[in-house]
Amino acid sequence: MSKLPQKGVPPRAQKPKRPEMKVRPQGSIVPAANVQGTALMAVIAIMSFLACLTLGGVSMVRATAASWQSQISREITIQIRPVDGLNMDAALIEARDLALTFPGTRDSKIVDREATARLLEPWLGAGLDIDELPVPRLVIVTIDENSPPDFAKMREVLKEKIPQASLDDHRTWVDRLVSMARTTVAIGTGILILVFSTMVLTVVFATRGALAGNRHIVEVLHFVGAEASFVANEFQKHFLKISLKGSLIGSFLAALFFFLASWWQSQSLATPQSDQATALFGQFTLGIGGYVGIVLTLLLIAALTTFTARLTVMRTIDEIDLIRSDPARSDGLISQ
Amino acid sequence: MIHFENVGLRYGLGPEILRDLTFDIPQSSFQFLTGPSGAGKTTLLRLLFMSLQPTRGLIRMFDRDIATIDRREFPILRRRVGIVFQDFRLLEHLTTYENVALPLRVRGKDEASYKRDVIELLKWVGLGERINVLPPVLSGGEKQRVAIARALIDRPEILLADEPTGNVDPPMARRLLSLFMELNRQGTAVVIATHDFSLMDQIDARRMILTEGQLDIYE
Repeated sequence: MSKLPQKGVPPRAQKPKRPEMKVRPQGSIVPAANVQGTALMAVIAIMSFLACLTLGGVSMVRATAASWQSQISREITIQIRPVDGLNMDAALIEARDLALTFPGTRDSKIVDREATARLLEPWLGAGLDIDELPVPRLVIVTIDENSPPDFAKMREVLKEKIPQASLDDHRTWVDRLVSMARTTVAIGTGILILVFSTMVLTVVFATRGALAGNRHIVEVLHFVGAEASFVANEFQKHFLKISLKGSLIGSFLAALFFFLASWWQSQSLATPQSDQATALFGQFTLGIGGYVGIVLTLLLIAALTTFTARLTVMRTIDEIDLIRSDPARSDGLISQ
Repeated sequence: MIHFENVGLRYGLGPEILRDLTFDIPQSSFQFLTGPSGAGKTTLLRLLFMSLQPTRGLIRMFDRDIATIDRREFPILRRRVGIVFQDFRLLEHLTTYENVALPLRVRGKDEASYKRDVIELLKWVGLGERINVLPPVLSGGEKQRVAIARALIDRPEILLADEPTGNVDPPMARRLLSLFMELNRQGTAVVIATHDFSLMDQIDARRMILTEGQLDIYE
């Protein structure tokens, strides 16, 4: 047998050169594709789809509730009850003008006879002459949501000038709506937390399962003198690729779903199907915040998977180093 | 280079597998480690590879007491030891070349700095034409030579081989033994665990015989 080639010395420099042997580009230490990796990618894609769907759902409910609340709290109503001797038209004009004297009011509109009749039509039928009935009349005042007028003061002044007038600032409705919206958002957030927790656990278990199939690689690397950080980095890179692919697929599908639903809604405005869907789910518009949330979910899932992989590899190496190197803990399981 | 003193080992609460082992492995020495199946040869190799801690006694590896070494330092020390397993432990998705280059790759070396060395070593072990082949298509003897080349690529100070001829026919066993002897002539200490007496009879080398956990050495 010939002498062992010397390290770093150009071998057989004097001999006629043979064409250098070609080797393929070095393969990844952790095999790029295997059954566990594909299964893990599918699990991550499904979980990120569900998480993004829930996130989008909660964001939609929140937006819809905020829009309802804003619409109602943007207006207040002055109601004037008819009494004998009251000049209703003059009282309505006075009430409207009074309201506009308060800072925080923007516009004021008297609900005229025809509009009042239309409001009562479902109960009293068409062709109603409201002058024949003691029907209260309304003045609708649009206010600045951000700096509303002093309702107590307005109420006091109205009472003083027009004793038959009463002010409804819709507080009761707004309060109920706010409480309903908060409950809905709380339920949605609860579901979101559950979905995220399930996702985290599923990803953790799936990652561990996939790693178990590659344990022999960890052992071989350990035996050829690899440091724990090197082994962990190799697996981390591998699982980062898998989780990014999986969560990109899931998040993209969820974003596509919202985009298509929003497009369908805008294309079928005022049709019974669209109205029904809008009544049930609100507007399928996510907005920039929703899409940013989807991207953040994607990154969170990728980070979680990578972190889990690193932890699991470090634990495997610890097990090799500590448990298996300690004969008191090996308990005769290792061959002699 | 390696010194064992009154080393004993037991698994869990079981009986002592190894008892009062005291010996040295000098630099550039060649020895067979033998004994009946279950005598503790693999356990002793694991002690030598620092992948197992003794229950009692002192082990000095490269002049350092392993009981006082931080475990993060073990990978660095293990790089001075080459090990060949009976079951080869090759990564089946990597080619022969990539398997042999693995120890250098995990040390963070650039491929350009070792490519030629790896190919030369593969030629030296007779696998020059098999560098791009995956392990599943290699024969037992070829796999064994890949495992040996992997253990040798970073020029370890000591080579541990566990039943290196267990899966090969007699002519291949003789070739592998010649390979170990050549390696030893170039300065690497060699420990071959085997119970193949015909192999041991081929050369006049130190014999470490393990019987019921006790070691007898015949120089």
